[in-house]
Amino acid sequence: MSVAAAARTESTALRFSPRWITDRLGGFVLHVAVIGLTVAWVVPTLGLLVTSFRLPADIANSGWWTALAPPYKFTLDNYSQMLQASNLGTGFFNSFMISIPATIIPVTIAAFAAYSFAWMKFPGRDWIFLALVGLLAVPLQLTFIPVTTVFVKLGLTPQHLTSLGLPPFIPLWLAHAGYGLPFSIYLLSNFFRALPSDLFESAEIDGAGTLTVFFRIVLPLSVPALASLVIFQFLWVWNDLLVALIYVGGTASVAPVTVSLVNLVGSYGQNYQLLTAAAFFSMIVPLVVFLSLQRYFVRGILAGSVKG
Amino acid sequence: MDFNVLLTDLPTLIGVIIGVPAVLAAYIVGGEYLVRRLPDKARPSVRPWIWVGPALALVTAFLVLPAVGTISTSLQDRKGNFVGLKNFATQLDGFPTGGAWIAIRDNVFWLVFYTLFVLAFGLILAVIFDRVPYEKIVKSLIFMPMAISSVALVVIWKFMYAYQPPGQAQTGTLNFLLNTVFHQDPRTWVQDTTPLLGLIPLNNLALIAAAVWGIVGFSMVILSAALKGIPGDLLEAARVDGAGEITIFRRVIFPLMMPTIVVVGTTLVIFALKAFDVVYAMTNGNYETDVLANRMYKLLYNSNDFPGASAVAVILLLTVIPVLIFNLRQFRAVEARR
Amino acid sequence: MASVTYDHVVKRYTADITVVKDFNVEIKDKEFMVLVGPSGCGKSTALRMLAGLEAITEGQIRIGDRVVNNVAAKDRDIAMVFQSYALYPHMSVYDNMAFPLQMQRMKKDEIDKRVKNASRILGLDNFLKRKPRALSGGQRQRVALGRAIVRSPKVFLLDEPLSNLDAKLRGQTRIELQKLHRDLETTFIYVTHDQVEAMTMGDRIAIMNAGILQQVGTPGDIYDHPANLFVAGFIGSPTMNFVPASVQNGTAKASGFEVKLPKPIDAAKGTLGFRPEAVTDRIVDGGTAMEMKVDVVERLGSDQFLYGQVGSDQVTARVDPRLSVQPGDKVRLGLDTRTLHFFDAESEQALL
Repeated sequence: MSVAAAARTESTALRFSPRWITDRLGGFVLHVAVIGLTVAWVVPTLGLLVTSFRLPADIANSGWWTALAPPYKFTLDNYSQMLQASNLGTGFFNSFMISIPATIIPVTIAAFAAYSFAWMKFPGRDWIFLALVGLLAVPLQLTFIPVTTVFVKLGLTPQHLTSLGLPPFIPLWLAHAGYGLPFSIYLLSNFFRALPSDLFESAEIDGAGTLTVFFRIVLPLSVPALASLVIFQFLWVWNDLLVALIYVGGTASVAPVTVSLVNLVGSYGQNYQLLTAAAFFSMIVPLVVFLSLQRYFVRGILAGSVKG
Repeated sequence: MDFNVLLTDLPTLIGVIIGVPAVLAAYIVGGEYLVRRLPDKARPSVRPWIWVGPALALVTAFLVLPAVGTISTSLQDRKGNFVGLKNFATQLDGFPTGGAWIAIRDNVFWLVFYTLFVLAFGLILAVIFDRVPYEKIVKSLIFMPMAISSVALVVIWKFMYAYQPPGQAQTGTLNFLLNTVFHQDPRTWVQDTTPLLGLIPLNNLALIAAAVWGIVGFSMVILSAALKGIPGDLLEAARVDGAGEITIFRRVIFPLMMPTIVVVGTTLVIFALKAFDVVYAMTNGNYETDVLANRMYKLLYNSNDFPGASAVAVILLLTVIPVLIFNLRQFRAVEARR
Repeated sequence: MASVTYDHVVKRYTADITVVKDFNVEIKDKEFMVLVGPSGCGKSTALRMLAGLEAITEGQIRIGDRVVNNVAAKDRDIAMVFQSYALYPHMSVYDNMAFPLQMQRMKKDEIDKRVKNASRILGLDNFLKRKPRALSGGQRQRVALGRAIVRSPKVFLLDEPLSNLDAKLRGQTRIELQKLHRDLETTFIYVTHDQVEAMTMGDRIAIMNAGILQQVGTPGDIYDHPANLFVAGFIGSPTMNFVPASVQNGTAKASGFEVKLPKPIDAAKGTLGFRPEAVTDRIVDGGTAMEMKVDVVERLGSDQFLYGQVGSDQVTARVDPRLSVQPGDKVRLGLDTRTLHFFDAESEQALL
């Protein structure tokens, strides 16, 4: 960070939103507004969290906020029941089995392609790039039937793959890779292109070949962008419901945690309390990833729209 | 939970984590080796294709070919005969409530209200959070809903909108507030089609609100960065020139943020047009909350109407493409400014 | 032998964009040659063609006796210092300097020897482990130099290396670079837009404008005998005075004075050129007198410059710093005709 930029972020005296907000409303009102809005934003999630620790009868008869006043009736039953009775445990593991490869594959392939788009010349490069990014417009539902038809013909179904001793998630990995590539390539290309060209010229004079430049210069310098992309893609795949439903189906042994959850949603009324615990359980991994790596997540979004 | 399964699958996971990058690295190193064996002049023409090859292959297989296939299906009937624009006519038949028109109408609601709310909240939050020292924490809290799945989001909001008949204790947060603070009867938010402002059905607004909650963090973060990216010199110059703070906001800050606002806005429009998860999980499009993406899903998997679904998908594609082009152009303009 | 020859070199992008036109210059082994000119004159492009970063459209470039048109940049045995230094931000100073040698597959101890040697010469011993972002501008520039030095190249190429430094540092570094050139005894080709750098550092200067080489020579040559109007106006600060004049019977008539030309020239009208130091408050024998209405007075302590009107032309004069002059005064000045220049109206070539 340049000295000037560092000075700017440290200077609390210079703010960019109008001073009249504090002048007119007064510091107190401002804080009330900020905290009030934040609390309002957190309330929905809080409601779910509290409900997940309540007894079924209570959930059906009174609002969650009543649990915050005595008598305090909390229980861990919902969580233990969910883990034992439902398939969320397996679903949890399946989600990892799905998300990790479905992140590694597109990010790696996108890095190769983005490097080529950013620093190699070839005929039709700009048009192909534009078409690639344009594919962001394609609604995924458009692609399901044609692809699954072909997959069935090729034997790329979970059942068939399991019978061959191969992981049943291969079609899902490939699908997520294909779907995730337009955004990944867009993000990485923009970043690669912004690298100073004289770095590459200097490396050329120094005698570095394409592979050396890619692995020893471009990749190390792109760690922030790559980290953001990995987080983005991971969260997107982990939270995905539809693509998993289509390519791997709803069978308990292969379903990720989102599918297991939505199966529970279908039968609400009886399972409301399980639902809340299950929803929270499904949120653990994304929340942990998000909270610990928030910096990179935000930077990823900014790299996509405004360079922070 | 079956721990045996875990023990056998864990090695697979580790194998995949190591194997996949290894295979891809081997591919690129091997490819480069092959390129080196070519004469010098030929290398720059062959090399790029090795690097973009896998990406192009995957993208063609999963996006291009199926999209083309679907477009062609939209022009056929169930048996595969070419019928021109008949499917489109069927979908667009029966204005204003037949065919796909409810879905189109609702997508327009999404387009307008979702975008407006997310932009407005994003801007307001960016501006007022900028002035408090605990900015980072509150921003995190607003941003958090972006990390969760849409299914979890729907579960959360089902609780917000839960309904008990009037007179009974309310279990839904909003109905509770309606009852105790505003002394109104509870509403079946998700089913109620009462038009607000004589225009938008309440339930559509309810679904939109849930989706807005999930994504305001996105616009807030970007608009906040744009806000902080305004050079302090400009504001100081304006203050020295004698401009009051409101004027500064109106005539310096806001116009300078406009390109970013447009980029975010158009991105949101695209999200609004593609809206699916929230509608699918909360109402499945019933009670007049249908949107195009959902309608397509239903035609496909419930009615097995492949041509009809394809037609809806193509309609969706046609609405998104111009916005995407505009969005990319604006993004270039924002980039060029730096 | 590490001479560099540009032989009718042309760089053309499209039919109407020719950035370097018929560039011919021979740079001697161990010489410090400066390519100077305004922005966009083609000097950087000429340098980059030598480096192998731009393709040569026509002509030949030779390093020593070897034609390098189709030789890859890394095989030309040159080293380049970029304007922005182009340091690898994620590598330490040591690694930055070691990188080119690693590319040559040099042995580790040999690499270590060379890096430590360069670091000693440049005073970077205490910074070897640091990353570029922890260095000042001047230190970064030295690392860039170090990266070039370790390669022991035949030719050093420097592309405006001082332009990112503040004025004081620039002055210091200019001196250090000249010392470095003497110690390394290698050919230096240096590109800049700053005529002061060109005049002070170069053994010889090559001036370019709009892709065309204007003149090559020692700083003294170019200062005293500029080949055309452009060179005359580019070199020297404050700029040379240019005054339109018509010629009749060996006398040049300007709007505010007349002067007898020391040699007959073959032109009816053109531009008279004379440097500010030729217009003083002393009337020299055989010189010409003129009257100036003073607009601005610049006192620099050791010098005093008067800017004003002579006739209908703007003229700059260098007068005794102890003279007391106010804006608005009318002063009598004398022109020393021994250093007079005359430029043809059409070709702008020097006739005197």
